[in-house]
Amino acid sequence: MVKISPSEITPEHVFLNRRRFMAAAGATAGALALAGCSTTPLSGRATDLVESDSPAVVVRRPQNLPPALAHTEPTASVNQDELGDPLNKFEEITNYNNFYEFSTNKESVAREAAGFNSYPWQVEITGLVNNPMVLDIDDIYKRYPQEERIYRLRCVEAWSMVIPWVGFPISAILKDAEPKSEARYVRFVTVYRPEEMRGQRSGILDWPYQEGLRMDEAMHPLAILATGMYGKPLTNQQGAPIRLVVPWKYGFKSIKSVVTLEVTDTIPDTTWSAAAPHEYGFYANVNPNVNHPRWSQASERRIGENGRRPTLMFNGYEEEVAYLYAGMDLTRSY
Amino acid sequence: MATYVRNNWFWWVVTLTALAPMGWLAWRALTNSLGVDPVNTVNNVSGRAAMIVLFFSLACTPLNTIFGFRRALTVRRSLGLIAFAYASLHLLNFVGLDYGFDWNLIVQDAVLDKPYILAGSLALLLLALLAITSTRGWMRRLGRNWKRLHRLVYAAGVLVVLHFLWQAKAAERWEPLMYGGVLAALLLVRVPAVRNWLVRQRGARSARVSRPRAAQAD
Repeated sequence: MVKISPSEITPEHVFLNRRRFMAAAGATAGALALAGCSTTPLSGRATDLVESDSPAVVVRRPQNLPPALAHTEPTASVNQDELGDPLNKFEEITNYNNFYEFSTNKESVAREAAGFNSYPWQVEITGLVNNPMVLDIDDIYKRYPQEERIYRLRCVEAWSMVIPWVGFPISAILKDAEPKSEARYVRFVTVYRPEEMRGQRSGILDWPYQEGLRMDEAMHPLAILATGMYGKPLTNQQGAPIRLVVPWKYGFKSIKSVVTLEVTDTIPDTTWSAAAPHEYGFYANVNPNVNHPRWSQASERRIGENGRRPTLMFNGYEEEVAYLYAGMDLTRSY
Repeated sequence: MATYVRNNWFWWVVTLTALAPMGWLAWRALTNSLGVDPVNTVNNVSGRAAMIVLFFSLACTPLNTIFGFRRALTVRRSLGLIAFAYASLHLLNFVGLDYGFDWNLIVQDAVLDKPYILAGSLALLLLALLAITSTRGWMRRLGRNWKRLHRLVYAAGVLVVLHFLWQAKAAERWEPLMYGGVLAALLLVRVPAVRNWLVRQRGARSARVSRPRAAQAD
């Protein structure tokens, strides 16, 4: 049952927004019924309403978060990655974001994304699968154990960070969907909401943003769907409530605010390789030996450090992932 | 004093305005508020300021020849020097804060490998040459060659736009292209035929504007 907390002192705008939310929840339930989805019991949908800085904006957030996401302060189990480099600060990670749906200015994305409605949220798993699903984010939290993953993030712009993500392997969700034998690739799509994402009202890229992985890449244990960071749910500017994180590939592969996973037998179009095919390939593996035409990929700036450090093959995950590309010419399949 | 103000207020206003981004950067550096990525902030502010101030210095001559705004000539040199100062800060940020003075890495990884770095480096060399020879002494020594030498500023302008364009992502090319359009206009109005046509147009217009006034006087 939905438990409603005492509301004697609820200000009118919060009250009104709660009514709007109830209407939205009803619509969601209707959509689920239409989708014929049997995986989503609608219990445990209790939410609270968190007021943001602006009294006119009320942001809805899930209430029953799993322990790994339920910290009130930024929390990580360690303070460095396995190579001994310190984690980037929460403030750095949440104020330096490439998310063109909101702004091309990395330091403006946090502000532009503040009013984005990342809850409630649904993810559709479709295409060449025996068990297509529409999962509510609350169900994702419940069904898939959320665990911490300390990963390096290397942007194709030659800067990098160390980030304590919280999430779960994509393989878990794919296994539940049961890919058919002809499945070869997974296509990922970001939500399309031009009314909330001003960048989508411009023609700088073809919207919605799309990305793709080969099935064996998607099934790799290092490839995760992240739901949080530093023990808290993802902020909007990071791609709330759920995003891809593939640590051995350049950051633009790690698509944000995902609504669709489509299993396909043909190689999916990806946004950046469509925009500039000679600059961005499908694979986009971090590779210091293959130069981008405009940025050296042999070195990188770690945010928070001075000077440069050498970029590592597959971003330092060579031992774990190199076998995926055995026999491939990585200068051609870039 | 009053005479000094009357003669120099324009120079002071323009010079201080052109230096404002420098002050803004200094303020942010002193208050430790250059953002998550200070290298990127200094790079973006100094680069754009260098280009915009350079283009304003390129606007001085046509403002005089076409619009008869003689005061513009008084700020041309100081704008050119300020553009060079921003470009120098841009370079210092690149070699110092970004590459940590690792010259081997800078040459191998950047200058020889990235066309946009090469274009930017050449532009800065030209601006340095023009800054050094901007004094009265060098004007005297070079005589009529001074003017020929300082036409290299057009090449510097083109290299600056190429530097900006070649590093821009596909999605962000509109900005360097916009500045390229501004530069094209600034160069176009220097073509004698275009300049003379514009001067004639202006003459005709001011004649039209002055006619009713004359009629009123009747």
